[in-house]
Order: sequence, then structure tokens, then C-alpha cells
Amino acid sequence: MKKKSLVLVWLLLLTMVFAACGTKTAGEPKTEEKKDTASTTTKTEEAKTPSKDPVELLNVSYDPTRELYAAYNKLFSDYWQQKTGQTVTIKQSHGGSGKQSLSVVNGLKADVVTLALGYDIDAIQQAGLINEGWQKKFEDNSAPYTSTIVFLVRKGNPKGIHDWSDLVKEGIQVITPNPKTSGGARWNYLAAWGYALQQNGNDENKAKEFVSKLFKNVPVLDSGARGSTTTFVERGIGDVLLAWENEALLSVKELGKDKFEIVYPSLSILAEPPVAVVDKVVDAHGTREVSEAYLKYLYTPEAQDLVAKNFYRPILKGVADKYKAQFPELKLLSIDKDFGGWGTAQTKHFADGGTFDQIYSAGK
Amino acid sequence: MAGATTMVGSKEAASARPRHVTETAPFRWIWITLALLFVGLILILPLLTVIIEGLKKGLEVYFAAITEPDAVSALKLTLIVAVIAVPLNTLFGVAAAWAITKFQFRGKNVMLTLIDLPFAVSPVISGLVFVLIFGTRGWFGPLLEEYHLQVVYALPGIILATTFVTFPFVARELIPLMQAQGPQEEEAAASLGAKGWQIFWHITLPNIKWGLLYGVILCNARAIGEFGAVSVVSGHIRGETNTLPLHIEILYNEYQFSAAFAVASLLVLLALITLIAKSAVEKRQQRLAASQKSIN
Repeated sequence: MKKKSLVLVWLLLLTMVFAACGTKTAGEPKTEEKKDTASTTTKTEEAKTPSKDPVELLNVSYDPTRELYAAYNKLFSDYWQQKTGQTVTIKQSHGGSGKQSLSVVNGLKADVVTLALGYDIDAIQQAGLINEGWQKKFEDNSAPYTSTIVFLVRKGNPKGIHDWSDLVKEGIQVITPNPKTSGGARWNYLAAWGYALQQNGNDENKAKEFVSKLFKNVPVLDSGARGSTTTFVERGIGDVLLAWENEALLSVKELGKDKFEIVYPSLSILAEPPVAVVDKVVDAHGTREVSEAYLKYLYTPEAQDLVAKNFYRPILKGVADKYKAQFPELKLLSIDKDFGGWGTAQTKHFADGGTFDQIYSAGK
Repeated sequence: MAGATTMVGSKEAASARPRHVTETAPFRWIWITLALLFVGLILILPLLTVIIEGLKKGLEVYFAAITEPDAVSALKLTLIVAVIAVPLNTLFGVAAAWAITKFQFRGKNVMLTLIDLPFAVSPVISGLVFVLIFGTRGWFGPLLEEYHLQVVYALPGIILATTFVTFPFVARELIPLMQAQGPQEEEAAASLGAKGWQIFWHITLPNIKWGLLYGVILCNARAIGEFGAVSVVSGHIRGETNTLPLHIEILYNEYQFSAAFAVASLLVLLALITLIAKSAVEKRQQRLAASQKSIN
């Protein structure tokens, strides 16, 4: 008898949880319905105080922007609350840029995407979730901040690493994430490729040989930039980390100037991490207005200041001048001028059978 | 301590054994020290590290880390997932074990093999499978989209992946037990006129209940700790689809080491509760067996 009742309780619990789960999965449309009825019943009240229902956004971003968006989300929700009286909560998801892009294509319901490079947003556009011409929607190719690729080495630079040519030397361990999944890694790869082209009078075969040698010196390929940083910084693997400038500056700040130093190579690449509104999702959620405002606000002086404080290069001239000391001037390659844009670069280097596949499978 | 609990089963036998057939004292001591040393190094030390690292920056940081909204929601999510996945697998496990040990049917061997599949497949693949089935571009993607249902990157996906991964535990625990018991008692009950459910409640369930509980506990432990499969289907939305193991990874990657270990200690606590429950079950089982023996 006792056992019977135990099982009964169990079954009851199970059905309850399932019911709860059911309402949750069908959550979005249902809660909206509820809100509708609620708003009709309290219409008189609402007329007095013009506050809107709270809204929630999902920002799907790449790996190293965690600290930036944690700070920016607070700034924006305060601004939005003051401006419209509406409470906005922004949820974050971080991971390797390519992986994140794929998740959105596979159904992760992002209102906005803030990824490491244009191609990853192009991929979402190709899946039909973002309208064409997204890169023209916001200023500066929809890239509200830029960065570049630098080297992080252990204090005192014991292996004497000063430029790309030092990375292919024997006995040097280089840490970089996987270009297949990480945006930063693709910028790393192209910077190395561009350097090799320049050294060898634009000889593509020589460039291929150079990056092939470089990747033979890579002991671990993590899937995202932050994973690689942890490998280098925490696990103490490798002599040099190819990193986003912002990631390198953050590591030095978090873990002490006495442990690491930054090396600026003779040539690097101008990395433009772009942002976009996911049209199909915001239209379904009814969050277009706030999503667009969210990305637009990134270009304001307040936000740009936050950008610089989180070690990204601000796009706004005034703020960039203020933080000049933090970001040394560098010779930078451009994805559009030197590599023919992301579409071309992606097909040539990172698609299946591209140069990365060729050198990596040959190398192993 | 640890050595004693693992040896509980053979303790009686060992002490009952006459002196001349047992090993010499130094030999025994060497083995016991070796085992204890190993346990200390491999189990106790890492466990202590988790707790010490978590408390490194003081109690305040520790409690801040485990009461932070994202951590609380991760804990809630983990428990919800376990509360659904474990009973589901228990029901299935009992049904499967019953079917396999009490009946002859075509495809029995295939089923036996299939039950083990989740153990054989990498958890990452287990997660990916559900993305391929329920993702927007997957088999059921368009249909789900039409009804605004979200499976992957939401709670149902996480539950599915966890259920898949923890699927074999109960069945695997019960099948050998029920095979050893054989169908005689049920047959006897049937010949005395008992109905199906009656047989199940009065014969089968009492016979398997301790094994069942043990399977449930193992299943629960894995459900709480699963990382790989859940990571693939989670979408990593903070405060929403991050389970405790995923939350720990995030904290660790954000240089919040103390917080990461503090939350990890929470997971350790859940595991300890599970283990204590397990050893309580074991003790009870032994006492029961002993009392039965004395009756006989």
C-alpha cells in the first residue's frame, strides 16, 4: 500500500512538471495573450502611467565580449528606462563566433547578434533570418568598435618573439583557437597569411607554407578565443598566444603585469566585429524598436567610452583620441582591400577544402 | 573510512575466515595503505581543492557567488532537469528490464544492445543529434517553428539530452538482478491466481526495489553533472539555459575562479547528498539480507 502511494505521488509530480514545462515551452505566445488581457483590464490605469510591459532581449555574441556587454547592458537598460519608461533585460550568450552563428541558424532565438566577423552574420542572412544589406544598417559597416590581433607572451619574452616570422621557428609553441569555429582565429590566420604574402612578394604558395609551419607549432586548438586564453594563461601551455588585442589587454589587467606582456607585430589586421538585428526574430517577438536602439546606442560617446575601457578600439573619433595611449598605432591589413571581403576570404581559406583544411590535414 | 564502506560487503566474510587462510598482516597493511593513499590522492584531494579554492576569497565572496541570480537559476534548472529526466528513465528502466528478463521476444538482443547506446556514444554527439532533429533546419524544425515551440536551446532540449545520456542506468542496474532472480516467484504467484498488477506490486517490485533505488541514484548523479550533451543543446543563455556545470565553466572562463569553485562546491554538495543516500540504501539492503539469513 505504501509503495503504491509512493509511485502515485511520483506520477503526480511528473505530470505536474510536464504541465509546467508545457506552458513554459509555449511560453512566448501564451504570456503575450495573458499580457493582452491584462492590459485591457487595466487600461484605465495604464493611461495614467505610460509604462510599457518589460521586454527581454537575447544578445548572442562571441567569446571575449563577456565583460563589455555585461557593462553595456546595464548602461543601455538604464538609458532605455529613462527614455521610454520600459524595463529591458538583456540576456547574453557567448561562445566561438562561428559556433554561435550556427546556433542562431539552428534556432537559437537571438534578437541581436554581435559577432566577431561579417561572414558569421552573412551566414545567418543566408539562412533567411536577417535581411540583406545588414552591414549598411549601422554606421562604419555596422562595426561599432574594432580591434586587432596581437601576441601575448610570458613576462620578459623568454623566447624572444617579436614578429610573425618568430612564430614558425622550431620549438615555439603557438596558441590560437580553431579557425573553423572561432572568429578571432580567422583574423589570426589572415593576419599571418597577409604577413607572409608581404614578405614573399605575394607568393601564395610561400604564404601557404608559412601558415602551415605556423600551425605545426600549435599544440591545442580550442573552439573559442576565451578557451585559448585560458589554455595559455591558466594552464600555462605555449610560448605565445595569438589574441584579440582586447583579450590580451584584459588578461594582463586581470592576471597581473608581472606575468605577461603584449608584443605588437610589424603588421596586423583591422578586425571589425559587426552587429546586426535578427529581423525574423525581432518581428516575431515584437522587439524591433528596442533591438535597433540597443545597437544604435553603441555608437554614443557614453557607450564608446565603455568600449574603450573594455579594451576595444572605439570608432568615435573623440573617444579614440582620449584613449590613444592605450592603443598603439599599427600597420593594419584590411579584410576588404587586402582579402577581397569576407565572402572571398571565407571560401578561399576556411570553407571545406580551403587553405586551412589543406595545411592542417597535411600538417598532422 | 572510505576503504571501510567499499569493503562492507566482504567484511563479515573476511572476519569469519580462519587465520591460516588469510594473508599475513604486513601484506594486508600494505594493500590497505596503498588503497587509502590512492583514494586520498585521486578523490579526497581534488574535493578539498574545490572547497578550499571556493573559500579562498572569504565567506562573503562564496555566498555572493552561490546566491547570485544566474547561479540560482542554474541550480533550479539543474534540479528541474533531474526531476523530470530521472523518473522518466526509471519508468523506462523498469519496463525494459521487466520485458527483457521475463519474456521471450524477437529483437530482445537488439534492445539490450540499444540500451547501452548512450554509454557508447560521445555525449557531444548525443546533444548534436537533437539539434539535427529539432533545430530550425532539422527534421521537425519547420513544424515546431510554425507552432512557436522551442525544443533545442530551451528547457525541453536540455531535458531530452539529459534523458538520453542517463537512459541506461536504471535498466542496466535491474537487468542482471532480475535475471538472477528468474521468473519463478512470479510464476508461482500467477499459478495462485494473482493478476498482473498484483504480481508486480507484491512480488516484482519488492524484489527489485533496492537495485532500483541504486539505479535511480546513479542516474540522478549523472543527470545533475552532465556537461557535454547539455552544452550542445543549451545555447548558453545566462540565467536561462545554463545548468550548474555550464555555469561553472562560464565563471572559470571569466577569471572568477573563486566563484567558479564556490558553485562547484554546490555541485559537490549535491553529489555528496546523492552518495550518502546511496550508502544508506546499501546499508539498509545489507541489514535486510542479514535478517533474512537469520530467519532462514
